[in-house]
Amino acid sequence: MNAVDSGRPEVGNAGGLRAGHLPRLLPARIWGGPASLAEHLARHGRPPAIGRDARWRAEFIAEVDRSGLAGRGGAGFPTARKLHAVASGRDVPVVIANGTEGEPASAKDKVLLAREPHLVLDGAALAAEMVAARQAIVVVHDAVREMVDEAAAERRRARLDWVKIKVMTAANGFVAGEASALVNWVGRGIPLPTAAPPRVSERGLRGHPTLVQNVETLAHLALIARHGARWFRSLGTPAEPGSMLITVIGAVRRPGVYEVEIGRAVGEALEVAGGPAAPLGALLIGGYFGTWADPATAGPLPFSAAGLRAIGGSPGAGLIAALPADACGLAEAAQVARYLAAESAGQCGPCVFGLDSIAGELEALAAGRRFGVTRLRRWLGQADGRGACHHPDGAVHMVRSALEVFGTEIDRHARGWCRGTRPPGVLPVPPRRAP
Amino acid sequence: MSAGSQSLWFLSRGSGLVLLVLFSIVVVLGVATRTGSAPGRWPRFAIAELHRTLSLFAVALLGLHVVTAILDPFGTIGWAATLLPFASPYRTLAIGLGTLAVDLGGAVLITSLVRQRLGQRAWRAVHWLAYLAWPAAFLHSLTAGNDLGVWWVALVEVGSAAAVAAAVLARVFSRSRGGPGESPSGPPSGAARFAPARSAAGAR
Amino acid sequence: MTAAARLRVDPIACDGRGLCAEVLPELITLDDWGFPIILDQDVPPVLRREAAEAVRLCPLLALRLDHPAACAARPMMRRLHLQ
Repeated sequence: MNAVDSGRPEVGNAGGLRAGHLPRLLPARIWGGPASLAEHLARHGRPPAIGRDARWRAEFIAEVDRSGLAGRGGAGFPTARKLHAVASGRDVPVVIANGTEGEPASAKDKVLLAREPHLVLDGAALAAEMVAARQAIVVVHDAVREMVDEAAAERRRARLDWVKIKVMTAANGFVAGEASALVNWVGRGIPLPTAAPPRVSERGLRGHPTLVQNVETLAHLALIARHGARWFRSLGTPAEPGSMLITVIGAVRRPGVYEVEIGRAVGEALEVAGGPAAPLGALLIGGYFGTWADPATAGPLPFSAAGLRAIGGSPGAGLIAALPADACGLAEAAQVARYLAAESAGQCGPCVFGLDSIAGELEALAAGRRFGVTRLRRWLGQADGRGACHHPDGAVHMVRSALEVFGTEIDRHARGWCRGTRPPGVLPVPPRRAP
Repeated sequence: MSAGSQSLWFLSRGSGLVLLVLFSIVVVLGVATRTGSAPGRWPRFAIAELHRTLSLFAVALLGLHVVTAILDPFGTIGWAATLLPFASPYRTLAIGLGTLAVDLGGAVLITSLVRQRLGQRAWRAVHWLAYLAWPAAFLHSLTAGNDLGVWWVALVEVGSAAAVAAAVLARVFSRSRGGPGESPSGPPSGAARFAPARSAAGAR
Repeated sequence: MTAAARLRVDPIACDGRGLCAEVLPELITLDDWGFPIILDQDVPPVLRREAAEAVRLCPLLALRLDHPAACAARPMMRRLHLQ
C-alpha cells in the first residue's frame, strides 16, 4: 500500500523517485549548495500532513513499521519500534534529530544536511507529528549549522510545519552523538552520557520521552511518508530494506559520501568510490567501533548486518576505510585506540583506565616494543561492557578485530619488522577541542 | 564549691579532653578512607566502620559532656546554649565555639544516619562541615578548658592538632600527586572526572 | 518463593574505592584498576546481609541492591538517584 492508494490526502509527487532506483536521499548532481525549499518541494512534493488525528499517527507509524526502516546512526534499531515506544509514553514527547556525527571519519550526516536539509527537517517534523510531540530539536555539526538554519527559516516563512523546529549546534567530541549525551547536551549543555536505565525513549529531555533519531533515518522517514513502505522496500534486502549513505575514505580514487543499496557487496561500494587507488591491505568497516577485515574476505560480502556478520561486524555508521598495503594496520589501529581512549567521557573507571591501558599496549605493539598479549586480552575483557555507555565496548570490539586480522603483522612486529612504509594517518584522529 | 559541683566540673573537663582525642581520631580516620594511606594494610571497610563507630560513641560521650557542663551550678551556661551558639552568659565565646561544633557536627551526624535516603550529593555537601566542626571544637577546648598549664593536657592538645593537620596535608598532597598533569599518556580532558595518572600495572 | 535480589554498580558514581569487594568477595572482585566486577548479579539469600552491608558501606553509594518487588513501589528513590 503506498501513500496514494490508502485514501489519505493526495500528496503531490512532482519529482517522482522511481522505485528501485538511486539516488533517493542525495541529489543527482554532485556539486552545488543546499537544495532550497522550492527545489525540495519540486523534487519531492509537499510532505503529507498528519496533523493531530491519533488514527493517522498510528497509521503512519504502521507504515514505517511495514517499511522495515532501521536506524542509520550505527545501532540499527527498528525505527517504528522506537516511534511506538516514545508515542506510548505518559508525557508529551520531544524529538531530537541527531546530526552530531561525532565519528571523525564519517561525513554522511554533514553532507546530507548540507545538500538536502529540507529532507531531514521534513523527517524531523513528521516524526514529531507521529509521536504527538510539539517540537523537534535538530542538532547539527558546526560546519553545516548555517545551511540548516537557513532551511529552517525558509520553512517558518512558508509556515510549512505543524511543529516547532529548533536548530542547535552539536557538541564536539566522539561521545557527543550518543543518545543520552545528546539529551544532556540539549538539556543542560553538558555532553556526557548517563547509565542506561531509564532509556531516553522513556525519560529523556527534561524527563519527557525523547525520540533520538539520526538525521539520515529521518530523511528516509520523510520519503516513506510520501511514497510508502513498498516503494522503500524496492531497494535493499527483505530483512534490511532501503538505501543507506556510506562514507568511503582512504586508498580509493574518489573518497566521499555515496548512497548505496543495502546488501550490495562491499567491493561494489568501493567501486562506487572509484575503486582502489592502490593495492589494499585492510578495510575498517562501520566506524571507529567497527571491524577490521581483509579486503579479499570482505569484498564479496553484502554490506548489511546479515552479510557482515560473517566477519563479526556490521555496517555501523556506514564507514568504509580502505587501508593501502603500504600502511601499517596496527599503527592505524593504535592511533584510533588512543583517540577513543582520549575521547572517553571520563566518568567510568574501567573505560578511562582500561582504554588508556589498551591503547598503550597497542602502541607498544605497533612500535615494535615489548608488549603482553595476555594482559592486553585481560584488559579487553575487563573494559568491555563496564561503562555507563557503549564507548568501551565499541573500542574493545575494534581492537579485538585488529588483533584477529593483523595476526601476521603482530608476529612481524614482534621480530622487529613492519610492512608499512608510511606513517599512520589514513584514519583521522583529530585532537580534542573544548565542548 | 560543693563536692557535687566539683565532680560535675571534673566530669565535664575530663570528658571534654577525651572527646577532643576521639573526634581527632574520627577526623583522621575519615580522611584516611579517602587517601588510601591506611596504616599497615588495614582494609578500607574497617577504617570506614571504625570511623563510624567511634563517632557514634563520641556523640554519646558528648551528651555527658554537655549535660555536666550545664548542670554545673558554678558557671551559668543555660540550656539554650546547647544548640544556640553564643547564648551562654558565662564565657560566651568559649562555650559558643563548643555549641558551634555541636551544631555543625550534629548536621554531619544526622545526614550520615539517613545517607541512603538522602543521596550522595546532599550527604557529601553537609559532610564537608566536619572540617569546620573540628576546628570549632579544638578552639573550644583551648578557650573553655582551664587546664592548659598541665603538661599532659597541653600534650594532648598539640598531639590532636598535629594528627589532624598531618592527615589533611597527606590528603592534599596525595591528590596533587595523582593529578592529570602527571599522566604520561593521559588526555587533557575538560569534562573528565578521572585521569589515568597511575600506571596500568599498579592496583589501587 | 522470592526472586533473587540483584546487585549492580553505577559505573559513573563508582570511584574504585574497593570497600565492596572487601566485604563481599564472593560476589565482587576488583579489576586491574581497582574497579568492581560483579561476578554474579543474583545475590543468594545466604549473602543478603553482606550485600546490604556492602551497599551501606560504599562511600559513594554506587552499589545498588535491587529488590525485585520493591522497584515499582519506590519512585522517590529514583528521583533522588538522578543526581
